Amino acid sequence: MSGSAPSTFPRTLLDKVWDRSLVRAGEGEPDLLYVGLHLVHEVTSAQAFEGLAAAGRGVRRPDLTIATVDHNVPTTDRSLPVLDLVACRQMDALRQNADRFAIRLLDVDDPRQGIVHVIGPELGLSRPGMVIVCGDSHTSTHGAFGALSFGIGTSEVEHVLATQCIPQRRPRSMEVRLEGVRPKGVTAKDLILSVIGRLGVSGAVGHVIEYTGPVVRALSMEERMTVCNMSIEAGARAGLIAPDETTWTYLSGREMGPTDEELESLIPEWRALASDEGATYDRSVVLDVSSFEPQVTWGTNPGMVAPISGSVPDPELIEDAGAQEGVRRALAYMDLETGTPIEAITIDRVFIGSCTNGRIEDLREAAAVLAGRHVHESVHAMVVPGSAAVKRQAEEEGLAQVFREAGFDWREAGCSMCLGMNPDTLDAGQRCASTSNRNFEGRQGRGGRTHLVAPAMAAAAGVAGRFTDVRNWSA
Amino acid sequence: MEPFRTHTGVVVPLDRADIDTDQIIPKQFLKRIERSGYGQFLFNDWRCFEDGTPRPDFALNRPEYSGASILVARRNFGCGSSREHAVWALQDYGFRAVLAPSFSDIFRENADQNGVAAIALDADEVEAILARAVRHAPYELTVSVEARTVTDANGLTAAFEIDDFRRMCLMEGLDRIGLTLRHEDDISAYERGR
Repeated sequence: MSGSAPSTFPRTLLDKVWDRSLVRAGEGEPDLLYVGLHLVHEVTSAQAFEGLAAAGRGVRRPDLTIATVDHNVPTTDRSLPVLDLVACRQMDALRQNADRFAIRLLDVDDPRQGIVHVIGPELGLSRPGMVIVCGDSHTSTHGAFGALSFGIGTSEVEHVLATQCIPQRRPRSMEVRLEGVRPKGVTAKDLILSVIGRLGVSGAVGHVIEYTGPVVRALSMEERMTVCNMSIEAGARAGLIAPDETTWTYLSGREMGPTDEELESLIPEWRALASDEGATYDRSVVLDVSSFEPQVTWGTNPGMVAPISGSVPDPELIEDAGAQEGVRRALAYMDLETGTPIEAITIDRVFIGSCTNGRIEDLREAAAVLAGRHVHESVHAMVVPGSAAVKRQAEEEGLAQVFREAGFDWREAGCSMCLGMNPDTLDAGQRCASTSNRNFEGRQGRGGRTHLVAPAMAAAAGVAGRFTDVRNWSA
Repeated sequence: MEPFRTHTGVVVPLDRADIDTDQIIPKQFLKRIERSGYGQFLFNDWRCFEDGTPRPDFALNRPEYSGASILVARRNFGCGSSREHAVWALQDYGFRAVLAPSFSDIFRENADQNGVAAIALDADEVEAILARAVRHAPYELTVSVEARTVTDANGLTAAFEIDDFRRMCLMEGLDRIGLTLRHEDDISAYERGR
C-alpha cells in the first residue's frame, strides 16, 4: 500500500479505498487512481483495442485484466454456430484482441465463462479495497466487497488498458442506512428497489452510496451484490459495503482468489477499511425496512416501483409537472391504467437471470417457489444462470430439474434477455416478470414491457400468470 | 478529438427527463466494432417506426429542427448503460452539445472523451430554452466553453459551471491517455509499492 499518510480525520470506506488507490493527487486536474481489476467484455472493448493499436500502445497490466463473452452469447446449444454474424464478428474481435495483447479470455466454451459481474466475484478476483472498472454500468456490483467499482465508457477502457489508471474526481458520499427488521419474504432485490423508489433514478447522481446498518450487515455476499448492482439505477457512481466476516468467508477457496494463508494476512488490512466512527457523509438517508414489501416496477425506469399490495399510480397526484408527464408516458408505454392493483397485472414471459439476480441463491429462491408447481399455460418462462459455474451448481443441487419440471427453459449462461442483444428478446406488447435491472422502453425487445421483481416473485408470477404476493404461498 | 471552444447551431428540444442510453442508441446497434456510423441509429425506436420510416411527430424529424446541432433535454440525461455508442451516435448525427439540468456521470464522462459538450444549466434556464426552441424554431444558440455561457441573439444568457480541467480538455481536444502517461514515474512508483 502506498500514497496514503495516516489520517487523523475519521474517514469513510470511500475515503480509504480512494487513498490507498491514489497514484497521484491531482493539482488542477482529477486524481489518478490505480485500477486493481479491469473486466473486459465483447461489446464495449473492440474500439478501445483498436485505439490502443492505432496509437502504438500496449496493455500495461494484462495480469490485472480479464475478459469474457457475455452480452452477445446465445443461451441455447453452444455446440451450434452463432447465427448472428455481426455479434459473431464482435466476439471474434475480442478473441483476436485477447490473443494479441496477452489477456486471459474466458471464452464461450470455458467452464468459467459467465456475466462479468458474476464471474469476478465467483473466481475470487473482486477483492476489498481495490478499484474495479469495466465498460459496463453494473460494475457497481463489486462494491459488495468494499471495492470502489464503477462503469466506464470505451474511451476509458482504452485509457485503463494503456495505463492501468483512471483519472477521477472524488465523488460525494452518501450513506444509505437500512435499519429495522427485514420482513420474511423481502429479498435483497426488494430492498434495493425500495431504496431506488425513494431516492429516484437521479437521486444519487454524483455520489457513491455506502450501504450501512444492521440489515446490510446481515446480508449474504450474493445479496450484497444484488443491492450494490442496482446502485447505478439510483444514479450513483458506485455502491459500497464494508467488508467483514461474510466477505472473508466468501473469498476463501476461490479459484483465482487469495490462498487461505494470504487471506489471513489480508484480513486485518481489509477489516480496517470500514468507515471510522464519526466519519461523515455528504448526505445520509436512514430507512426502516420493517414495513417493506416485495416490489414490482410498473413504469419505464427502476424508480417507478410499487409494493405488491399497491396499485398503478395516478399521474395527477404527482406535483412536479415534468415527472407527471414522464409517468403518463410510462403508463401509455406499459399499457397500464391508474388504479389497477399490481396483483391484477397479467404476464406473458418470465426471465430469471442477469448480473442482478443470476446467482445460485437467486436460483434457489425461485426453485423453492416452483417445486411441485408449473408455469401458467399462457406464460413462457426461462432461467439463464449468471455463469457456467452457477449453472453446474444448480444442476448438481437438482434446481435445474425443478425448473424444467415447472416448465421453464433451462439455458446457458450470459446476459441474455436482461438487454436482449442475443436472440432472447420480448415481442412487441409482451409483458415480462424479470429479475433484471432495467425496465427501460424496449430494453428487452422493442415494444416489450418489463416489470422488475425478485426471483421468488418472478417464479410466483410465472405460475399464477399474474403478479402475486409470494409471501402468501406455502412452500 | 475536435476541440470545442464556441459553437453556434440550431436547437432541438427533447422535452423529457431521464432519457436513458437505451433510447439514445438501442442495443441492437451495439454489435458493430467500429466507432463511426452510429448516427443513423440515434433514438431509433423513438425516431422510426418498426419498418424504418420516420415518425413525423418526433422532434428530430420535424423540418423546423433539421440540421440541429444542439440538443436540449430535461434532468438526468444519458442515464443507464455506460455505452459510449450513445455519444458516438449523437456526434455522428451532427450534435456538438447537449444541454440539460443534469447528466448521468458516465454519459458526461463519455461526452467529454469525445469533445461533445454536455453542459448542465439551471432547470429554469433549460425551461426557457425549451420554450424558445418550440416557439421560435429554428432557434439558434451559441455555446461557449471558453466563456462558460450559453447565449441567444435575443438577450438570453445562461452561465454554467465547468471545472478548469474539463474546460481545458474540451477546448484543446486533449488526448487523455497522453495526459496520464505524463505521470509514468508516479504510476511505476505506485506499482513498486503495491
